[in-house]
Amino acid sequence: MTLITEAGAVEDRFTRADTIDAALAVDGPVLIPLAIADEFAKARAGTEFGVFLPGSTPIDDVKPQLGNVALVAIEFPAFADGRGFSLAKKIVREGFSGTLRASGPLIADEFADALACGFTEVELPETMANRQPVQQWMAAKDTMTEHYQTGYGRGPSILQKRLAARKGA
Amino acid sequence: MYRYDEFDERFVRERVAQFRGQVERRLDGSLSEDEFKPLRLKNGLYLQLHAYMLRIAVPYGTLNSAQLRMLAHIAETYDKGYGHFTTRQNLQFNWPKLKDVPTILELLADVEMHCIQTSGNCIRNVTSDQFAGVAKDEVEDPRPTAELIRQWSSLHPEFVWLPRKFKIAVTGAEHDRAAIMVHDIGLKLKRNDQGAVGYEVIVGGGLGRTPMIGKVVREFLPKDELLAYLEAVMRVYNSEGRRDNKFKARVKILVHETGEEEFRARVEEEYARLDGPTINAPEEEVERIAAYFAAPTYETLPEASQVLEQARAIDPEFDRFVEQNSFEHKQPGYIALTIALKEIGAVPGDMSGDQMRAFADIAETYSFDEFRVTHSQNLVLPHVKKDDLPAVHAALKAAGLASANAGLITDIIACPGLDYCALATAKSIPIAQAIAKTFADQERQKAIGELPIKISGCINACGHHHVGAIGILGLEKGGRENYQITVGGDATEHAALGERLGPGIDAEDVPAAIEAIVETYLAEKQGSESFMETVRRTGAEPFKTGFTAFIESRAVESEAAQS
Ligand code: HEM
Ligand code: SF4
Repeated sequence: MTLITEAGAVEDRFTRADTIDAALAVDGPVLIPLAIADEFAKARAGTEFGVFLPGSTPIDDVKPQLGNVALVAIEFPAFADGRGFSLAKKIVREGFSGTLRASGPLIADEFADALACGFTEVELPETMANRQPVQQWMAAKDTMTEHYQTGYGRGPSILQKRLAARKGA
Repeated sequence: MYRYDEFDERFVRERVAQFRGQVERRLDGSLSEDEFKPLRLKNGLYLQLHAYMLRIAVPYGTLNSAQLRMLAHIAETYDKGYGHFTTRQNLQFNWPKLKDVPTILELLADVEMHCIQTSGNCIRNVTSDQFAGVAKDEVEDPRPTAELIRQWSSLHPEFVWLPRKFKIAVTGAEHDRAAIMVHDIGLKLKRNDQGAVGYEVIVGGGLGRTPMIGKVVREFLPKDELLAYLEAVMRVYNSEGRRDNKFKARVKILVHETGEEEFRARVEEEYARLDGPTINAPEEEVERIAAYFAAPTYETLPEASQVLEQARAIDPEFDRFVEQNSFEHKQPGYIALTIALKEIGAVPGDMSGDQMRAFADIAETYSFDEFRVTHSQNLVLPHVKKDDLPAVHAALKAAGLASANAGLITDIIACPGLDYCALATAKSIPIAQAIAKTFADQERQKAIGELPIKISGCINACGHHHVGAIGILGLEKGGRENYQITVGGDATEHAALGERLGPGIDAEDVPAAIEAIVETYLAEKQGSESFMETVRRTGAEPFKTGFTAFIESRAVESEAAQS
């Protein structure tokens, strides 16, 4: 797996564990299925952990954990499955400020969209990362410098910039 | 007309560069064919039967002469000398080469045009009423709304990977010419009891293999809340629309399976959760856009024109043209003129480079440099002085663009069908040509009156056959092309899906079958009823009877021929 943030490739601090037993055996931050989050939090109160869940998960299922976890990893079954983008948007809206990971065979061409919807990193299968190395991701995120949609991405939208220009004039 | 500012300009240029990069990354293997496909589709590039096809956005169907001259140049330099106007008010080139596409996109950007989101599972080019800003029954011009949606939907970070394509249409008039009931979202500008302007929001209409009429999800949405509400609808669809079956992925299926009530509740719940004011366009921006669509500087003229009346009195051909192709303008002394790209025997919607240039000159001289593309694959000169009509007619005639059949039985919509389309199960264009030839006689057309025929070459319904007064669907049956005929379809505010008359028929029988249907209409017609008015009153029964009799007579004939 390759982990890419806006700044480039980074090491994954989290160890993935699919069952509660495996999770409890891990030293350091662990990434577990949403379904066992309660159990894990009880057993290991105060430990840093993250949850992974499919993009189809309703926000109300995730919400109760958002205060407990350092990382939410949303799984993309395919690069063209956009549900994860809407879920990310809803998670950010709940005030979550931890790490938001898009996990799956995404393509570099959607990196900018992922970031604009609130993702902070992308976790790629190795086959993808080989074909589209990190340089392509860095280049792809900057191909478009402007966006029309207010409330997405970090900078002001085109609509906001126009308004500011008018007010300044 | 809207003009790009520095932001729009940079956006479109960067999008071209981005696409150029994507083509390069496909060629060097960084992108697999499966990954590249949706990227090229989102830029309007299809792979078709014989070649690539490039679909160019004509936002809400509005163009100027410089743009059309550029399209003529592209048609002649990079294609076979013509372009094809479609039912989605777009223009398609059927023969571009992949390597030329980035250059074509550059040229388009030079005249403030693009191919962004003319295909793919995203929000498509927004369509509107071809008589926007002209019609007397308009609450408000729909184009500023359409332009706002164009900008908002362009590379929307959250909604570029939807379950399926998504089409939005806007009308500002009482009489719906934008087919808002059969779009994924239809918006109708209206006034509430207090006189405030807002939108009726319709979701879940569509044609294709499962045609459906849209449902009203909001009776009245205040105008300034548009983008936030659209975001709520799109978010519900993006999250919950089906992704397991491409044929059930449109929002119409979600609305249908969820139920109208529940769908509305989910949209309203999402709408309550999002922070509208941070999403909606600032009032100043809405006004900035609207200012581009202010009425042109009309002359103050009397309603009637002596020049026009005299010319009509002495020239019957001109008289027929004016009678058939003009549309009442709200400004006295002006009319809007429909140019039917439907010469008898021609390909519906096709226009040659020479015709484009000639028409660009006419639009520039006589219509404030503006024209429209209609979803009937025709063009409109929106603001012609009545005094100028004789000169306009002469110029159109010289360019082979003076067909006096707008709205008549020979003004047929046809999808590309087997001539171009990889999905086609039957021919479409040749059927249109055969019908047009059968009814070529102008007196006969006039006696029949308004009768929109729509033809699709497969169940995907690009030719809108479900909403044709007469709809023709080409299928394949036992290795032969087979055509199903419906009557009573309607894309206006009386939206209705056509009803099938009987079993499918062979291609060569289609023109005679249409004649049989027309005979039934003329026999049933009361007073000055149009075809659709008659069908609405009688229902499909008499047409079924007439059609059955036609089929039986055919069977007898072919037996006689065989024995
Ligand atoms: C030649 C290549 C074309 C291909 C491969 C194609 C493909 C398709 C497909 C697969 C659908 C069904 C989508 C669905 O139901 O989800 C569809 C629908 C449609 N297409 Fe096309 N099309 C082509 C050309 C055109 C043209 C030339 C026009 C305009 C004349 C057009 C306008 C439409 C419209 C209006 C619909 C119906 C939309 C709806 O279902 O609401 N298409 N097309
Ligand atoms: S209706 Fe069918 S044949 Fe016609 S253009 Fe659409 S997909 Fe092709």
